[in-house]
Amino acid sequence: MFSTPTFDELNIWAALPMMALAFGTCILLVADLFIPKDKKVYTAALAGIGLGVSLLIALLQASGVEIGDKSTAFEGIFVVDQFTHVVNVISLMAGIIGIMVSYDYLERTGTERGEFYTLILFSTLGAMLMGSSRNLVMIFIALELLSIPLYILSGFRRPMLESEESAMKYFLLGAFSSGFLVYGIALIYGATGSFELVNVWQTAVDILEGEGAGQFTLLIGIAMVLIALGFKVGAVPFHMWQPDVYQGAPTPVTAFMSVTAKTGGFAAMLRVLVTGLAVVSASQGKAIDVWQDSVQVIAVLTLILGNFVAITQTDLKRMLAYSSIAHGGYILIAIAAGGTFGVGDSSAQAALVYLMAYTFTNIGAFAVVIALERSERNTITLNDTKGLAQHSPLLAAAMTIFMLSLTGVPLTAGFIGKFFVFKAALEANLEVLAVIGVLASVVSAYYYLRVIVNMYMVEGDAHPVADKQPLALRSALWVTAMGTLILGILPYIMTDLARDVTLAIVGR
Amino acid sequence: MQLETTGVSLTSVTLFAPMVGFFILLFLNKLSDERIKWGALITSLITLGFSILLLAQFKSDETGLQSEHIAEWIPTFGIYYHVGIDGISIWLVMLTTFIMPLSILISFNMIHERIRLYYLFMLLIEFAMLGVFVAQDMFLFYVFWELTLVPMYFLVGIWGGEERRYAAVKFFLYTMAGSILMLLAILWLGNEAGTFDVKVITEMVQSGALSFGTDTERLLFLGFFIAFAIKVPLWPLHSWLPDAHVQAPTAGSIILAGILLKLGTYGLIRFNLGFFPNAAADFAPWIAALAVIGIIYGAWVAYAQTDVKKLVAYTSVSHLGFVVLGIFSLTSSGVQGAVLQMVNHGISTGGLFALVGILYDRRHTKAINAFGGIWKVMPVFSGIALVISLSSMGLPSLNGFVGEFTILLGSASSDVLSIWFTAVATLGVILAAVYTLFMFNKVFMGPLDKKENQELEDLTWSKNWTELGALVPLVIMIFVIGLYPSPFFELMDGSVGHLVNFVHTVAVAGK
Repeated sequence: MFSTPTFDELNIWAALPMMALAFGTCILLVADLFIPKDKKVYTAALAGIGLGVSLLIALLQASGVEIGDKSTAFEGIFVVDQFTHVVNVISLMAGIIGIMVSYDYLERTGTERGEFYTLILFSTLGAMLMGSSRNLVMIFIALELLSIPLYILSGFRRPMLESEESAMKYFLLGAFSSGFLVYGIALIYGATGSFELVNVWQTAVDILEGEGAGQFTLLIGIAMVLIALGFKVGAVPFHMWQPDVYQGAPTPVTAFMSVTAKTGGFAAMLRVLVTGLAVVSASQGKAIDVWQDSVQVIAVLTLILGNFVAITQTDLKRMLAYSSIAHGGYILIAIAAGGTFGVGDSSAQAALVYLMAYTFTNIGAFAVVIALERSERNTITLNDTKGLAQHSPLLAAAMTIFMLSLTGVPLTAGFIGKFFVFKAALEANLEVLAVIGVLASVVSAYYYLRVIVNMYMVEGDAHPVADKQPLALRSALWVTAMGTLILGILPYIMTDLARDVTLAIVGR
Repeated sequence: MQLETTGVSLTSVTLFAPMVGFFILLFLNKLSDERIKWGALITSLITLGFSILLLAQFKSDETGLQSEHIAEWIPTFGIYYHVGIDGISIWLVMLTTFIMPLSILISFNMIHERIRLYYLFMLLIEFAMLGVFVAQDMFLFYVFWELTLVPMYFLVGIWGGEERRYAAVKFFLYTMAGSILMLLAILWLGNEAGTFDVKVITEMVQSGALSFGTDTERLLFLGFFIAFAIKVPLWPLHSWLPDAHVQAPTAGSIILAGILLKLGTYGLIRFNLGFFPNAAADFAPWIAALAVIGIIYGAWVAYAQTDVKKLVAYTSVSHLGFVVLGIFSLTSSGVQGAVLQMVNHGISTGGLFALVGILYDRRHTKAINAFGGIWKVMPVFSGIALVISLSSMGLPSLNGFVGEFTILLGSASSDVLSIWFTAVATLGVILAAVYTLFMFNKVFMGPLDKKENQELEDLTWSKNWTELGALVPLVIMIFVIGLYPSPFFELMDGSVGHLVNFVHTVAVAGK
């Protein structure tokens, strides 16, 4: 039957960042047992090292150093290309900054348990795998690896009611969406006889162009996969869980998952929707429109609902939750652009650049919330930011940078992300979508500006929050704020990484 | 498309000079308030010095860009750091570097809170505005364009009047709504042309290598136009302006009226005429109609104001209407007059806001009724006010007259505008005299019947040197431009002539 393949045949070195992280996570799991409860700082440091080593390898690979063959691994279910590398870099950075913002929070809230870091690492690994799968089953496994740790992390502040509620909600709805994914995959398999994306799409074209019986099955299958991934990234109308989960989960977890779940979800969406199509388009010289219209509709709904509902929020965390729904909408614009023939690569590049910018900015914004929560309040309303600039000018300046970046003002990373997203949309002739996108960002300016107005232009009765934050949190704030500015001023750091991203699959 | 990169040029030095001061003030956080003020003033004076050098080495016989600096920025996507000046932008750079030290100086005794933050934003806005005038890459242009919003938003929102938060947010959202559509136009144009470089695209358009269908050209034209029209502001998109102007601190109003509004009119010349001559010729009568409505409307509404600052704010709508009329006359003298009038309006309206600010600082009211007979107690101040008011209303031998006259000359000889535009606009000149003299009469003349006004003291060099220091250079420039305008026209003649000729050959002659 099967002969055992060798390491070289599996091309295992190409997957080194994932292998290293998986290995590191397992070590951490064991090592944590021997680390006493009051010394969990070592667990955090070890987790950081694991992520750091993996990030280093991923960065080397992303900047062109060949480690392993640049094609596929594990007999083709696993793609190793620039897309994989960039997704790795984004997920790992999110993991590292996520740990930096967590440590002090866990200590402060008495939830300092070692498995926290292990779960973060597993989830990061899941996001990385989602970016590198080109096999539907593999995507399902990666999705579960990404999600299950997040369910647990959301409830990490038990016995706090909101936290438990958040975990329960996330888990139930998440499990439901996994069901959709599996069902969708089964239907697609039923119609096309394959799990491999390339085969799936090639067969799909024949089925859709002919009068074949599988047409209905196939379309339902694709729709179900889209729904499941849409759930993961919080796209409207599958977003219902997001505000409650984001609000109830421990804030560092919210910061982490707002980025990692999106990175994984969108990476998989690009793989499933755009990759397959890129292959088909390349062989046929045209794109077939199966999903572009649906993604456009979802993008518009996401943009409108996310931005307009965010305006009415008074709780800062909840506002940021709606704002991150809205940001999903911009990335969906990029993905929709990928449905036009020849725009696939631009679409993936734009989505990745946007995700990179969003990683720094959004974790940073939540880091400010964590810093504000240090004045022993569980919920931070917009009123709590009043007068912040007077007593904590640095924190206010950082928050200003994040808010401007989320708005998309030039010289911040957020602008570069938007720029490439809209560029891709226009390349794909989706003018209407682009116009809705830019108008939505004017709406978003309103609620982001409100935070700045409160911080700088209103006299504060807020609790004094010293600028002096614990080291890890302070470093995280500096890294994210400076990262947001530097990527905005010298965007070639991001764009050079993304430049070689192409979704046409190498090797078979 | 690849561009040759060049070494650093004087344009770049001038552009980044304010940022050097910005970072010094940012990182030396133990500086005393006094040193911060002087640091900002000296920075802006050094910037002025560099810009004077730039003017001195400007060659008036060249029509293209000078002192260019091209460096790679995002080479993957064909985006360059490309700056340079021509006969049009040099004057707006000069205006910026001239007004900024005066705005900083007049703030010395008016701003008492969060001083460091204030002067940081002043230097940042100088950088951003200079950037808009020298940028020759659309991406770079847009970056600077949006960047001007941020410091002005804070200047209005933190140091402004009672309604400052509302005004700041309205200003930000209004302008952003316009400019974000321009972003789409820029992206569209960039995708079509394969480059974001303004110079290259201009050459491609002029040589016919890049041409659009009528509908595409009109859409792109409108994408740029709306952003600029909001900034100008052209009637009926002006409603952010009275709020922002009235609520802004004195220096903020000076910058807003003096420089920021010119970003819009500059953009109209650089992009709307330079890239889309056909659409410009097609839309010219419509836009000129809006401009003329703005002239009359602004003057009319200004006359009805009871608040001095609001009155001055509405005069901007009227004056900028003249500038837009000049631009869309599509004649050489119209555009030249428009460029000169941009500078003139910066000086005279900047001056008016300074005057209002000085009065407000002493009386804490801006109601016209609260004043009267000021001349009797403040003769020097009132004398300066008279010169600036007359300049604003366009008295011959002062600067405003030269600009308005040239614009009217241009619009009267225009091939695309009927003579009626000029006729109605001339009515605006008369209305300007009405509201200006009305205001001057109410505030400075008449009986000195209010007790608070009797206690006012005149400006003297020993006690009010910051205010006088800000006003006197304005008065000098009013006379210089009014009496000897030819050097100004000579320097812009080449660039404007080249642009207008091109628009004519492509669009106007064929009609």
